Amino acid sequence: MHEFFSMFEYAFMQRALIAGIIVALCAALLGVSLVLRRYAMIGDGLSHVAFGAVSVATALHLSPLWVAIPVVMLAAVLLLAAGDREGKRGDASVAMLSTASLAVGVLAMAGKGTDVYSYMFGSILAVRIEEMWLCLLLGAGVLVFFLLFRDRILSMTFDESFARASGQHIGRIRLALALFTAVTVVLGMRLMGTLLISALVLFPAMSAMRICRRFGHVLVAAGIISVVCFAVGLCVSYWFDLAPGATVVSANLAVYALLSLIRR
Amino acid sequence: MALFTVQNLSLAYEGRHVIDNLSFTVAQGDYLCIVGENGSGKSTLLRGLLGMISPTAGRILRGDGLGRQDMGYLPQQTKQQRDFPASVEEVVRTGCLNRTGLLPSPDTRTKVEENLRRLGIADLRRRPYAHLSGGQQQRVLLARALCAAQKLLLLDEPTASLDPAAASEFYRLIDDLHREGLTVIMVTHDIPPAMEYATHILHLGTKSHWFGTADAYGKAGSGFTGGEHHA
Repeated sequence: MHEFFSMFEYAFMQRALIAGIIVALCAALLGVSLVLRRYAMIGDGLSHVAFGAVSVATALHLSPLWVAIPVVMLAAVLLLAAGDREGKRGDASVAMLSTASLAVGVLAMAGKGTDVYSYMFGSILAVRIEEMWLCLLLGAGVLVFFLLFRDRILSMTFDESFARASGQHIGRIRLALALFTAVTVVLGMRLMGTLLISALVLFPAMSAMRICRRFGHVLVAAGIISVVCFAVGLCVSYWFDLAPGATVVSANLAVYALLSLIRR
Repeated sequence: MALFTVQNLSLAYEGRHVIDNLSFTVAQGDYLCIVGENGSGKSTLLRGLLGMISPTAGRILRGDGLGRQDMGYLPQQTKQQRDFPASVEEVVRTGCLNRTGLLPSPDTRTKVEENLRRLGIADLRRRPYAHLSGGQQQRVLLARALCAAQKLLLLDEPTASLDPAAASEFYRLIDDLHREGLTVIMVTHDIPPAMEYATHILHLGTKSHWFGTADAYGKAGSGFTGGEHHA
């Protein structure tokens, strides 16, 4: 037992655990609304934009975090908050934005000897102090937001036409969801990897919907599943020296498969 | 003063003109059915009345102190709603949000309860919305609309996905609500029930529109020639 907990004597593991749990929780809560609104691929698109922004910032010797956050926020607002006015944005625009950002990011990294593998699939060493504090802030913000506005988030997710017609201010709710999603993706990207962070948005929500039939329950279940899968995945990643993104997603996949078998 | 006075209205949907030069009025206590072929702009007109889109020409005047908060809307059901993970109670509660502030107000609960009972679905309140029949789902959405509004109901093809028995039951339910004093504006494809229950008919055509009482519409042989007036 002592041996098990000894891994958390390392400061980087403490940071990875705290930051990761918060990112996992936020991604799961935000993911429920995104998945139900058929925006599941947004997380994937935003993570690629974040990768592009981080690479360019690094090449220009700027702070990757403080470049990526506003850039990804802007992309999220464009794709999520501003959309819908003329019907749903096509998935083609998301795919174009994401592949273009990936290409720019790889070019910006060229010849710098950067470990692209860790960017793509995550690194256990990646969370710095600054990011951990930002995670705590993000987690507090998302939790308060969901506690106060659960009904409004449900209303907008279930039926935008009705919410708009009856004078609910869904624009603000949608904007807040978009901005929170952007920050979650940027903060989770280094730990989980560009290619795998979107799984945190997707899997816990899908798993929770397998077993829950009330919106409130889906939120709680998604949060719990996501946090547990992250913790398990992080430990496995440490013991077997694997990319944390891959182990966490595998844990999520296992839970989803199990719940699918139970509830057929 | 009427609830709605529509004058020479033109509306567009996704940049395309769908309604041109339309005039009609809706008074308190009316039951107006909007009929017409697909693409004639019935749903667009409802969205115009709700204030969700602005006229490209003409005017929609609201009278009798009618505000957004007095209108209950029952949109067409979307595919993703059918298997949405929410309980009946959760869905109906979202109808009360236009009145509450940051925290849920204490009368949200009584209002939800009252409308669940009014529509005979109080015993379904803990059931998952996705597990209900089409008719029950429409009752839930109607309860939500009633939470949002007391004066006026706007319904967009509420019986489109119902089987004939559930549809006629739904029409009787709306009729009851109308008799209780609600003003009803309904988009529908079914001419016979529209003629039976509605007080007024608005027929949207591609070239011209017809507006008048249901009786006059019947005499015109469901066509829209020789009615009270061409709208």
